Amino acid sequence: MTAPTAHTRKPEPLDFDQPRVSIAKPEYRFDMQGEMPEAERVERAMKSFVKDFGRTAAIYMESCIHCGMCAEACHFYEVTKDPKYTPIWKLEPFKQAYKREYGPFAVVYRALNLKQKVTVEQLQQWQQLIYDSCTVCGRCSLICPMGIDIAALVSQARHGMYNAGLIPHELWAVTERARLEGSPLGATPKVFKDRIEWLADDHEVEIPVDAADADVMCAMSSIEIMKYPDSVVATARIMNHLGLSWTFRLDGYEATNFGLLSGNSAAQKQLTMKLIDAAVACGAKTVILPECGHAYTALRWMGANMYGEPLPFRVLHIAEFLAEQVREGKLRLKKVAKSATFHDPCQVVRRGGAIEAPREVLKALGVELREMYPSKGTAWCCGGGGGVVANHRADDLRYKTFRIKMEQVEQTGAELPVTTCANCRQTFDDGQAHFKWDRKMHSLLELVADNLLGDDQ
Amino acid sequence: MSLLDFARGPALQWSVFVFIVGVLWRLFGVLLLRSKKDLSEPRNRAAWKGLRLIALRSWPRREFLEGTAFGEVMGYAFHVGFLVTLFFFAPHVVFFADVARGLIGTDLRGLIGVGWPTLPNGIITLLAAVSVAALLALLVHRLVNPVKRLISNFDDYFSWFVTIAPLVTGLLAFSHLAGWPYERLLAWHLLSVELLLVWFPFGKLMHAFTIFAARGTTGMIFERRGASL
Repeated sequence: MTAPTAHTRKPEPLDFDQPRVSIAKPEYRFDMQGEMPEAERVERAMKSFVKDFGRTAAIYMESCIHCGMCAEACHFYEVTKDPKYTPIWKLEPFKQAYKREYGPFAVVYRALNLKQKVTVEQLQQWQQLIYDSCTVCGRCSLICPMGIDIAALVSQARHGMYNAGLIPHELWAVTERARLEGSPLGATPKVFKDRIEWLADDHEVEIPVDAADADVMCAMSSIEIMKYPDSVVATARIMNHLGLSWTFRLDGYEATNFGLLSGNSAAQKQLTMKLIDAAVACGAKTVILPECGHAYTALRWMGANMYGEPLPFRVLHIAEFLAEQVREGKLRLKKVAKSATFHDPCQVVRRGGAIEAPREVLKALGVELREMYPSKGTAWCCGGGGGVVANHRADDLRYKTFRIKMEQVEQTGAELPVTTCANCRQTFDDGQAHFKWDRKMHSLLELVADNLLGDDQ
Repeated sequence: MSLLDFARGPALQWSVFVFIVGVLWRLFGVLLLRSKKDLSEPRNRAAWKGLRLIALRSWPRREFLEGTAFGEVMGYAFHVGFLVTLFFFAPHVVFFADVARGLIGTDLRGLIGVGWPTLPNGIITLLAAVSVAALLALLVHRLVNPVKRLISNFDDYFSWFVTIAPLVTGLLAFSHLAGWPYERLLAWHLLSVELLLVWFPFGKLMHAFTIFAARGTTGMIFERRGASL
């Protein structure tokens, strides 16, 4: 089979019968995209990797002492003890290219051929390490004695891999779907509009769409729209309960950003700009992001840099927004007389900084919070972040890492596992089905919506 | 020119020259690169407070202690032994004072009235021996641990060699062992130090400088976001 070119294929079918949303398992994998000579692939990979190089990445590249401690923080190494999953090893071809092409002594390395040129075979081999066995969770970045943010470097390496046409089939296919249909997972504007109408009708809740002016603009993740529509209803109920001037916008409603996950910077920017433009169009003072980890990174921490200037509105993760409302006494909740444990989504908590917000909301719900160990900054990832859960090739490995979470949840003995990321949630659902586990992950957002005090709905 | 004269003269001057120029080249080659301004709204405006990561990351979080204890303990053992020997062994202090007088016409005692402290030879010998033992343990670990063996390259082994060599030659010279004349042992000790100086800018020994930049950078980025340090 030859690799497909960008314009020869129809959108690949999605599979909604599985507990996780992705394209259907491909009969043939195309993990190399486009037609180009091998040398050009390498050239493209390295150029775009190097293009992103600024002071920060260069400092990191100069600082590794090969102590190997990062392996101890990685869930893929933890469950396999295979040294190839050592986080810094996942960057080896890029370290090699940095020394040879970009570092302060690059001319010496090249002249004496002290570092070999990176090959396509090498990059193909590393594709699985960069995409299948890294959720960009950043736990390794907390253990590195040199302080290297290894996860940030992996994201940068993904830019190189995307430009070389060397990303996993599924990530390529969903990005293609976004190009051809306007949504990576089938949540096109028409589908979203139909769903909104159906949900509003079915749940007897008002869901404003395309308001010309609104103080708050909400966005959802594709996973929620397609798999957890109750989250859409929950968002509407809470906004209405608070009496806010708010809206969804059909020109910017989907916060999922496969551009970020795949390394496609242009797509990342395009998807981010949709949200920004929609928020600007309705004069929103606040944009509330859904229960989605990487969507938070994409807009909260990278949005302004894509926009080219500070954003003219606040960006809050829904858990931060809820915590703020609780703090200000605007959101009062019924007490849930149960014990709960909270799974920390890596991009929201460890790397995003919203560490206490979800816990404040849980406190307001009156649950008995039983923390896992470790939790918060050093919490174990669910194993499905960074696009891994969408990648069929990574399934077996992902299930192995999921055992860590099952054990952690079981150890707490809590009745309600709760999280605030739809991607973590579907990873839990998929793991639950795979292991026939009797625990169900809950959404913090939906838990709040189900327990609004004084709400008749 | 005897071997000792060579080691004390041109070899020392050239190695120090390579060390200084090399370190500056590598440091500025990185630090002068562009750094894009982060336009996102900071969670914490005082990002500089993240510089505390420089100190914080000197010991692992308790969640990580179990898996890193060997590397941490051995790492500290050899670093402390190496640095204390370097800066507090009486002959080294005399040497540095000589260098200072040669360069600026006076030494620390001349400047502030108090000389640089030294430690008794027995303590220095013990610490140097501990340092050598820790380095040997780390080498064995690098060879037998699958993770470290996989990620190691020439730099790791050569940097290990140029680090242990001055300790070993120093202990030999101090103990007058090996049946060699003291001058020859001293010359080899000096040459081993000079090898370290020459290699320093090119390999991972540079972490002695970059560690502050890397930890500080990450600390500030993470603090700005309120992320876990």
